[in-house]
Amino acid sequence: MPTVAPLDLEGHCVAAVFLNDVPHFALADGAVHRLDNGQKTVQANDGLLAAFHDAANDRLITGGEDGKVFAVKAGGEVSELASAGKKWITSVAGGPQGAVAYASGKTAFVRFGDGKIKEFAHPRSVEGLAFSPKGMRFGVARYNGATLHFPAAEGKPVELEWAGAHTGLTFSPDGAFLVTTMQENALHGWKLADGKHMRMSGYPGKVKSLSWSVKGKWLASSGAPAAIVWPFASKDGPMGKAPLELGTRGNTMVTCVACHPSQDVVAIGYEDGMVIAARFADAKEVLLRRPGKGAITAMMWDKEEGRIVFGSAAGDCGVIDITA
Amino acid sequence: MSDAQTQIPVTVLTGYLGAGKTTLLNRILSENHGKRYAVIVNEFGEIGIDNDLIVESDEEIYEMNNGCVCCTVRGDLIRVVEGLMKRPGRFDAIVVETTGLADPVPVAQTFFMDDDVRTKTKLDAVVALVDAKHLPLRLKDSKEAEDQIAFADVVVLNKTDLVTPEELEKVEATIRAINPAAKIHRTQRSGVALEEVLDRGAFDLSRALENDPHFLDAHDYDHDHHDHDHHDHDGHDHHHHHDHASDIHDVTVKSVSLRGGEMDPKKFFPWIEKVTQMEGPNILRLKGIIALKGDEDRYVLQGVHMILEGDHQRAWKDDEKHESRLVFIGRDLDAERLRKSFEACQA
Repeated sequence: MPTVAPLDLEGHCVAAVFLNDVPHFALADGAVHRLDNGQKTVQANDGLLAAFHDAANDRLITGGEDGKVFAVKAGGEVSELASAGKKWITSVAGGPQGAVAYASGKTAFVRFGDGKIKEFAHPRSVEGLAFSPKGMRFGVARYNGATLHFPAAEGKPVELEWAGAHTGLTFSPDGAFLVTTMQENALHGWKLADGKHMRMSGYPGKVKSLSWSVKGKWLASSGAPAAIVWPFASKDGPMGKAPLELGTRGNTMVTCVACHPSQDVVAIGYEDGMVIAARFADAKEVLLRRPGKGAITAMMWDKEEGRIVFGSAAGDCGVIDITA
Repeated sequence: MSDAQTQIPVTVLTGYLGAGKTTLLNRILSENHGKRYAVIVNEFGEIGIDNDLIVESDEEIYEMNNGCVCCTVRGDLIRVVEGLMKRPGRFDAIVVETTGLADPVPVAQTFFMDDDVRTKTKLDAVVALVDAKHLPLRLKDSKEAEDQIAFADVVVLNKTDLVTPEELEKVEATIRAINPAAKIHRTQRSGVALEEVLDRGAFDLSRALENDPHFLDAHDYDHDHHDHDHHDHDGHDHHHHHDHASDIHDVTVKSVSLRGGEMDPKKFFPWIEKVTQMEGPNILRLKGIIALKGDEDRYVLQGVHMILEGDHQRAWKDDEKHESRLVFIGRDLDAERLRKSFEACQA
């Protein structure tokens, strides 16, 4: 039976991650709590809006209402990476060689590993940011499409157009596909080799959580009463194929998904705080946590594949141990 | 379902540059009214108050991808409201200041069309600040000035000290011609009582009706003292206003006030849905109280372009006439056709 070690915090949990195998919880007030032989807390932003788990550097990158970008490392080391003035930092992402991207209004910034900062102005707001897994390249989700920049080189960005407001984006782990979340209840995808479109719609709600399964064979998503899992194993992605629907419930919505690091299994968090794990092959489900006080907003598996750290909108966070 | 208890009220402040928005915002932020406001502005500009809860946001209009040109929302507001609501304990209400040239419609529609925003917040009122001196000129050179008035629940007619009483009468008549349903407050230096602009519940029709028993009684807004015997003169008063106003500007926005008896729900609902579908782009606001045949409750409804919301409000009182009233404010509205088709829905 899985066991849950709860951690009751005050406020909305923006990110729940393992740093050096220690569970960390970043809350909207900018406090980052960790369970490291007792509960310890450090302060990042004054108002934390966005967070990105930079796995390569084992750190959490945060941006917030104070217009600043911080890096939080295991052990409680907090360092300010950048400051962009009075405007909110609404999106952050980590990339290769210690590069960090962040967005403020219509401008995307890249801070390279050496501290040098480069600006990328856009005609519309920068809604979401993500680095490509290959090369020094990052994407911006924006109104009517996405823009791909090559920050280390001069030259024109690549524009990918699709009508509507794109609010977030992710590259597939092999870099072949780019998928955006949209203001409307849909995902949009591009096959980057030829620009082919993939329209993934039918969600009853907005999609706010995406997670690639091992080797990018599947993309799990929230925004429905089940986790919607699209097949990306073939060269054309999910075009013409139906997604899996895992962990369907009648009375609540999936708010967060996190794929297992090595198996075709996804952890599914719901609006009522319940967490389950579901297997792709046979849709078998295991209950990991009973409903709680708030919607699940963040989850991550540890390297040993035995624990899941989770956070909620109401602050009732914790760690699920599935080995027990 | 959204929980009305925890929805944060949002006031939208529109008005041309120089109309007095900043003065009013500074009052909202500094006066001792026992409430804390988060303020979303386009530019920090001249707000001389240091406050963590002043958020600068670039107006970002998104067309929804559903083929409807009037289905627009403010993308930046969705993001900012979502961010603010992650720490909801810090403020009691939100004020959104728009730029002088802003179209108020996408701002308002954001609070109806985005599910996340709608769950956590509710539009309280749209307040338009109007500069008494410069309004005639503004109306000549821009559609937005007219839209802002047409769309408002409350009009603060400011800088009245800069015009003669006759000019003021004319300006007010013009505002009334554009929007017969708004409450007008004459002020100097944005000196309106804050309770007249904040926490109005103007989009909560039940409350709007409680606050203002003469809601939708167009003629009662002439600030002279009618009592209920004068209802028959409604049409007359209206014409009077139009005549009065017409020499200072060409009204492109007009209102159509309809009045009828009990409605057949089987006819009325398909009709109002069809009207908002067909005429949606031309309708800025619509508000109504409908008497439905066989229904003991008053039915209230309101709309913004193609968005239509309605609900039962309360039981008709014994001495109340079961009467239906509906006001459309918009452009290119065919008043005669609306009137005839509305009347055809009567039971």
